[in-house]
Amino acid sequence: MKRTLSYLFIGILFGIVMYKSEAASWFRIYEMFQFQSFHMYGIIGSALVLGVAGIQLIKRNNIKSFFGEPIRFVPKERGFTRYMVGGTIFGLGWALAGSCPGPIYTLIGAGYVSIIVVLIGAVVGTFIYGLLKDKLPH
Amino acid sequence: MEWIFEPWPWYVAGPLIALIMFLLIFVGKQFGMSSNLRTFCTMCGADKKADFFKFDWKAQRWNLVVVVGAALGGFIGSHYLSNDIAVAINPETISTLQDLGFSSAGNAYLPDELFSLEALTSVKSLGLLLLGGLLIGFGARYAGGCTSGHAISGLSNLQLPSLIAVIGFFVGGLFMVHVLFPLIF
Repeated sequence: MKRTLSYLFIGILFGIVMYKSEAASWFRIYEMFQFQSFHMYGIIGSALVLGVAGIQLIKRNNIKSFFGEPIRFVPKERGFTRYMVGGTIFGLGWALAGSCPGPIYTLIGAGYVSIIVVLIGAVVGTFIYGLLKDKLPH
Repeated sequence: MEWIFEPWPWYVAGPLIALIMFLLIFVGKQFGMSSNLRTFCTMCGADKKADFFKFDWKAQRWNLVVVVGAALGGFIGSHYLSNDIAVAINPETISTLQDLGFSSAGNAYLPDELFSLEALTSVKSLGLLLLGGLLIGFGARYAGGCTSGHAISGLSNLQLPSLIAVIGFFVGGLFMVHVLFPLIF
């Protein structure tokens, strides 16, 4: 129960940050791809600087989780095609719908009913990938 | 405290996103939102159609709780922490968008032309939202992650595959905005 509440709290914080930073706004995504504002680059860049530093600290000092368990980082599988092609397809959708998978839920919570169409599309897209997975180059 | 009702600047939002990633790491999980889409498929019975969906989805329930939180956060952020829905994007961006027919640019959080309830009755905007979703879902799973899994978690862990994926995100996004948007809108 305590763990479930901690996931809920983290999710709420995430939703508030996505909404208030306007990272959930279609307009900010469009502006980012036009290189007409530093805003989105600043968000991702500053998160990354702290993220890289923090993960190095955890790894070098073998810092344990809140529950005393060792923290393991699973490396991504090696490869090129799936990341380049899959990434490009994702990018097309990210720019068109102006939302990535996290902010979709934030926008539903904020009351934008139409974003449910994007969510349905994303679930169906995931399903299609599952059906075609073995036929695709990875 | 008045600043909290204003849009949050990048130097507040970025560090908070890093904090969210670390909170998840410290509760023994990882930051990745698109994997929930696979969980939804399995919950709907997709495991009977493809092996990709045969996994213990209950082990992913924690991430569904994060999803519920993300929606609650959107509700709180928009209803209690904001005075104005307008997103103050660059005036140049606004005029480019107005030329494309997005008259709501600069006055709304999402473009009315795609997301208003009236737009839902238009086959074109409904089709574009659905297509955008399909590309997001298919691409995220093909690439093994989205903005949170690759651009934040993966790059923070210095993963080369994540860098390739993020380059792909931008190739696709730039192509959509610069080449396809003038054809679509």
